[in-house]
Amino acid sequence: MIAYLIRRILYAIPILIGVNLLTFALFFVVNTPDDMARMQLGIKRVTPEAIDKWKQQRGYDKPLFVNSTADGAGTFTDTIFWQKSASMFAFDFGYSDDGRSISREIATRMGPSLAIAIPTFLVGLVVYVSFALMMTLFRATALDMAGVALCVFLMSVSGLFYIIGGQFLVSKLWHLVPISGYAGGADSFKFVVLPIIIGVVGGIGSSSRWYRTIFLDEIGKDYVRTARAKGLSELRVLFTHVLKNAMIPILTGVVVVIPLLFMGSLLTESFFGIPGLGSYTIDAINAQDFSVVRAMVFLGSVLYITGLILTDISYTVVDPRVRLQ
Amino acid sequence: MSFMPVILWSDALVFLLISAISTGAFYVRKREHLLLPWKRVARSSVALVSMLVLSVFLIVGLLDTLHYRVALPQSSNGEKVYSPEVLSAFDKLVGPLRTHTEKTYSAPFALHLYAKESMTDAQGNVVREYPRLQYGGAHLADESGRDADVLKRALVGMLAGSLVGVMLAWLLRRRYKQPALTVTLVVLAALIGAIINLSAVYHVLGTDKVGQDVLYLSLKSIRTGLIIGTLTTLVTLPLALFLGVAAGYFRGWVDDVIQYIYTVLSSIPSVLLIAAAVLMMQVTIDTHPEWFDTSAARADMRLVALCLILGLTSWTGLCRLLRGETLKLREMEYIQAAQAFGVSSMRILSRHIMPNVMHIILIALVMDFSALVLAEAVLSYVGVGVDPSMISFGTMINGARLEMGREPVVWWSLASAFVFMLVLVLAANLFADAVRDAFDPRLNRTEGSV
Amino acid sequence: MTLLKVDGLVTRLRGGAAIVDDISFQISAGETFALLGESGCGKSMTALSLLRLLPDGVENSSGTMVLGETALHALAEREMQEVRGGRMAMIFQEPGLSLNPVMTVGEQIAEVLSLHKNLKGEAATARSIELLTQVGISDAVRRVNEYPFQLSGGIKQRVMIAMSLAGGPKLLIADEPTTALDVTIQAQVLQLLRETQQQSGMAMLLITHDLGVVAENAHRVGVMYAGQIVEQATREKLFSKPLHPYTQKLFSALPDARRSGHPLAAIPGSVPMLGSISTGCRFAPRCDRAWDMCHEKTPEWHVVEDCGVRCHLYQDAGYQILEADIPYMHSPDKKLNLETRILSPLLQVDDLRVHFPIRKGLLQRVVGQVKAVDGVSLAIAQGRTLALVGESGCGKTTLGKALLRLVQATSGSARFADRELIGASEERASMQMVFQDPFASLNPKMRVAEILEEGMSALKIGSDSAARQALLDELLDKVGLERDSKWRYPHEFSGGQRQRIAIARALAVSPQLLICDEPTSALDVSVQAQILNLLKSLQEELGLSYLFITHNLAVVEYLAHEVCVMYLGRIVERGTTQEVMRSPKHPYTQALLSAVPRIDGAGREYVRLEGELPSPANPPQGCHFAPRCQNVMPVCVKIFPEMNAVETRSHTVCCHLYPTDFIPDLD
Repeated sequence: MIAYLIRRILYAIPILIGVNLLTFALFFVVNTPDDMARMQLGIKRVTPEAIDKWKQQRGYDKPLFVNSTADGAGTFTDTIFWQKSASMFAFDFGYSDDGRSISREIATRMGPSLAIAIPTFLVGLVVYVSFALMMTLFRATALDMAGVALCVFLMSVSGLFYIIGGQFLVSKLWHLVPISGYAGGADSFKFVVLPIIIGVVGGIGSSSRWYRTIFLDEIGKDYVRTARAKGLSELRVLFTHVLKNAMIPILTGVVVVIPLLFMGSLLTESFFGIPGLGSYTIDAINAQDFSVVRAMVFLGSVLYITGLILTDISYTVVDPRVRLQ
Repeated sequence: MSFMPVILWSDALVFLLISAISTGAFYVRKREHLLLPWKRVARSSVALVSMLVLSVFLIVGLLDTLHYRVALPQSSNGEKVYSPEVLSAFDKLVGPLRTHTEKTYSAPFALHLYAKESMTDAQGNVVREYPRLQYGGAHLADESGRDADVLKRALVGMLAGSLVGVMLAWLLRRRYKQPALTVTLVVLAALIGAIINLSAVYHVLGTDKVGQDVLYLSLKSIRTGLIIGTLTTLVTLPLALFLGVAAGYFRGWVDDVIQYIYTVLSSIPSVLLIAAAVLMMQVTIDTHPEWFDTSAARADMRLVALCLILGLTSWTGLCRLLRGETLKLREMEYIQAAQAFGVSSMRILSRHIMPNVMHIILIALVMDFSALVLAEAVLSYVGVGVDPSMISFGTMINGARLEMGREPVVWWSLASAFVFMLVLVLAANLFADAVRDAFDPRLNRTEGSV
Repeated sequence: MTLLKVDGLVTRLRGGAAIVDDISFQISAGETFALLGESGCGKSMTALSLLRLLPDGVENSSGTMVLGETALHALAEREMQEVRGGRMAMIFQEPGLSLNPVMTVGEQIAEVLSLHKNLKGEAATARSIELLTQVGISDAVRRVNEYPFQLSGGIKQRVMIAMSLAGGPKLLIADEPTTALDVTIQAQVLQLLRETQQQSGMAMLLITHDLGVVAENAHRVGVMYAGQIVEQATREKLFSKPLHPYTQKLFSALPDARRSGHPLAAIPGSVPMLGSISTGCRFAPRCDRAWDMCHEKTPEWHVVEDCGVRCHLYQDAGYQILEADIPYMHSPDKKLNLETRILSPLLQVDDLRVHFPIRKGLLQRVVGQVKAVDGVSLAIAQGRTLALVGESGCGKTTLGKALLRLVQATSGSARFADRELIGASEERASMQMVFQDPFASLNPKMRVAEILEEGMSALKIGSDSAARQALLDELLDKVGLERDSKWRYPHEFSGGQRQRIAIARALAVSPQLLICDEPTSALDVSVQAQILNLLKSLQEELGLSYLFITHNLAVVEYLAHEVCVMYLGRIVERGTTQEVMRSPKHPYTQALLSAVPRIDGAGREYVRLEGELPSPANPPQGCHFAPRCQNVMPVCVKIFPEMNAVETRSHTVCCHLYPTDFIPDLD
């Protein structure tokens, strides 16, 4: 089992290298730094001097891979690839266009992101699973049909409308919580409660339906019939037998997103003015701040791969077949 | 000729898609076993109703795909000069809806603008007043007669519409017998009739910031949504199919390489990957203005590029699914029987594996459609969606949401985008469910043997 | 004393066809009542109706079920839960799927104990261990903490039995309890069930399709056909004088050595589809004694000498026909054409090995080999059938696939008509395969014509499409299918018809040798007879050779000229069918033969085989069979024995009991 985990972790390295090369290609090869400078400075009337200055400020005035003017190790290290891309492996993300350290920015913005993302994730999981279990218990009845219909309806509403509608109703009409903003400490509750509720409601449709499918898949299996033949009540069959087995497919989808919670939610944070990583990313995209976007891409994939490894570990907890082989 | 047909990139791809679907439909029609699941789909009234609704959207989208440019009266050197504005058959059809623009916001069925303006009254005094709309309800001499007029026009329109609906239902009576379908057809026709009759003289859904009719904007958004939802599959399908099947069938190093590629791609959170790619695409398009002769062509290229990017970033899920299924299929005895005859790998792939994974592809594609329509709105909001000049649900929502703070609230743009998107996506979701139920071999069927 | 009384039970699809249609029977305490029938006749649904565990969309629509004093059909769900697992327990067909994969054996048994015996914690664990020991699991203390995936199929079924016994049931329902198990394991499990019944005095409802299992275990039998019980009798009565034509046909469709010169009495057609049942007797379309009345009027239940039968033959008018009738069984004249000539071989296999590497650890290094086929030599002559017999996992299918080059052989040689096959890429026409599962062996997306043509076009047989079409028609005639069927798709055919198509596909390229991999094991007895007849007549007509891979020894006796018995990748005994089946020499062959239940019920000497097939990744030292062998000697665990002839030149055995060639010198 240890060997299995080590192998999974080692497998992450080539994947990260791939991600790194891909982002590098996307940001520096598809368009040259000259193109980007011209774009940022305005297409027309841009002097070569201005472009050079722009590049120099950002450290883009070096060759891509091989610097023939530098000596020794500098041939490779004094290049865009080494300084901008390879350095990300050391979580050195450099500076954003407004001159701030991206790493520090990430560190300070993680808190607010997590304050929304973790409760949304936990409350959501409980709500979705309970709703799905309820539909499964009453399967093939009117209640189940109504539940599925509700799920399909909720799935068909764009996430934007949950936020806009929620803000409009709760904040604007009923004045229950502020429309947007964020504060630390005890005050934070009134700012985070609405984003959390909206986050949970927005996911009910697709998630509950997905869990319901998983439960129904399990409930059709032979061991469930055995459990019923023992004289167990339907509720106990569902909670002890079905839920235990359904944990395996559920974990596949759930554990992998846990590390990504750090990234926060793009939409929620930007609508509610939460100073987290999600709004940071959106601002960077809107400002076409390539360094920040690049950093977030890399960070996102590191977290995703962490999630994959966590998933593998969690299998060993719920599935004896993985644990004991 | 007084106009010049224009085929934008997206139009060409749509035509390609239509011809592919028609060829597929023709092929399926002749084969009973392929037709069977479709017959199951046709037996579900939910599927038929949602298909009916979808086809209304499709018709609007297709009409909006036939583009042309009008010839201008003057000519240079004996050559005709065409207007830089690219119009579509749909624009032509709805005529006044497009051209009747007010100054700024106005509520649905309003006679006055949303904002006060300084005007000179009969006495020559300057007063702050809500001015009458230039087009909305302009035919009314007496403003108090509006409600009665709206009601009358709505009723007339509904009557005419439902007559058409009944006729259509009568024409289709042999093929489809579901009462739900007939009812929906008549209701839908009545609704469309009423809207057509009303929209000639009113702004049924109000107007937006620059005075454009919101109904027109909503209808134009349909094409954008449909394009994103369908053209993306032109990219995902071949990638996922060839790579997935190849990885599953050949295994070994082919499998390793393909798995590596899709793990790398899927390990980047998709919004970020799309954002990064779109930003780069924007740079390319912006630095090469000389590639496009009209702004429509540029916006269209951006749309096509967005589909391409969405496709390149979303094929991995389907690919993984197909790889798994192929791994299962390659152990099937009929494939071993073919191998025992020495049938070539290519032939086994095309004759044995591909036909037996088609249901997975179909289910995945119809399921993806609604997700892509929803994604467009979010991406446009984030700023990495379609060109801001292109009418889409995303740009509509983006433009309207800032006005939610106003008093009184400008709600109609958002509400229309909400309703149109909901109907489109809900219909797509319901249809996708029916297709999945009909095609998924794992689901129990009561027909035939048990 | 009647324990269970079922009267007029009807179970149907909600708003649809009846799956179980008006069934009545009784079971006394301590008695085993067998429900016998082919697949799809409603046996399992009867059992699930009793426990009221019908799948969604299926419901009991009428009838009474009384267990002791309790009317099961009238109980509230809550009260029914006390009956399930308590007074009435059930074991299922697939032990691998019927246990919860993420709970330990102990937890699963303890659940029953806490529900019905109010035992918890330590007491429950102790009792679980006791139960596991009772069902013959040797190291119960360790097993109680293991998960199902750590157990073999036979042990899993024992665990299922222990679990069903935990509630102290008065009635045990066993639904095909041994169908998924190998024949030696089946013998163990059946014996366990008999012993348990004797000790506890519970009644048993045994559901099976296997006449042999019925013959050895049941006291009384109900024969089911298309949702109805068509005949009910004591075992003795049923086996000595079956009344219903269907039962009679079932007996005569069974292959065995006495019939090997004759075609089997196959029942034409197949079991009617659910919902297609109209008026008249359900068996009438397949019955060779049916007359007008059978098609028009549904037969009533007639009691004939305390047996019951649902057939018009036993009614007033029917008796005349019955009296003028021929006896139901063929006279067992021994016409054996299995002479022991040694012919020049068509296929000669020498020391063939197929090893699969096992990879482990961080770098996925090869740490061992699964020796699926480990040095097999055999020969098949023109027009002869060689049966390859062995339990699942012994490597017989891998051997077949290696010969067809579907898996790569590690070493050895296989010469077909003096041409080497191993390593060659040509020469595919001369040898073809018929697979086990008729549902998985035909591509559902291709028409029959396309399926049949595939081999021809790949191997460039038939000059043009007209010639191929003519060949297709000829093939379909040969395998007994309508010519029109080539335009249809596989899903329109029944299992037996699909197997005919699969045979036609193989024959399309005119092979000389067919490798048949369990071609009838997925088929019902009545349909199996049709396919065996077809194979036999094709052999006579075309001079085909067969390599017949099977675990069904009755089929071997009927069809094969020679037999090879395989154990853990190696052949342990070889000879003519007569030699191997009549006087088996290897202890494994003896055990295998003695494990097969016989329908004649004749007392047989039962060689009990302990344990299960070891893993081919880690075969035992010396003779692979030594750990399970009753005659094990010190030398057995050290040295793998040589292949030696016994009695005749053709009969060879790989066993230390027969150290030197025994044959009298003929030269």
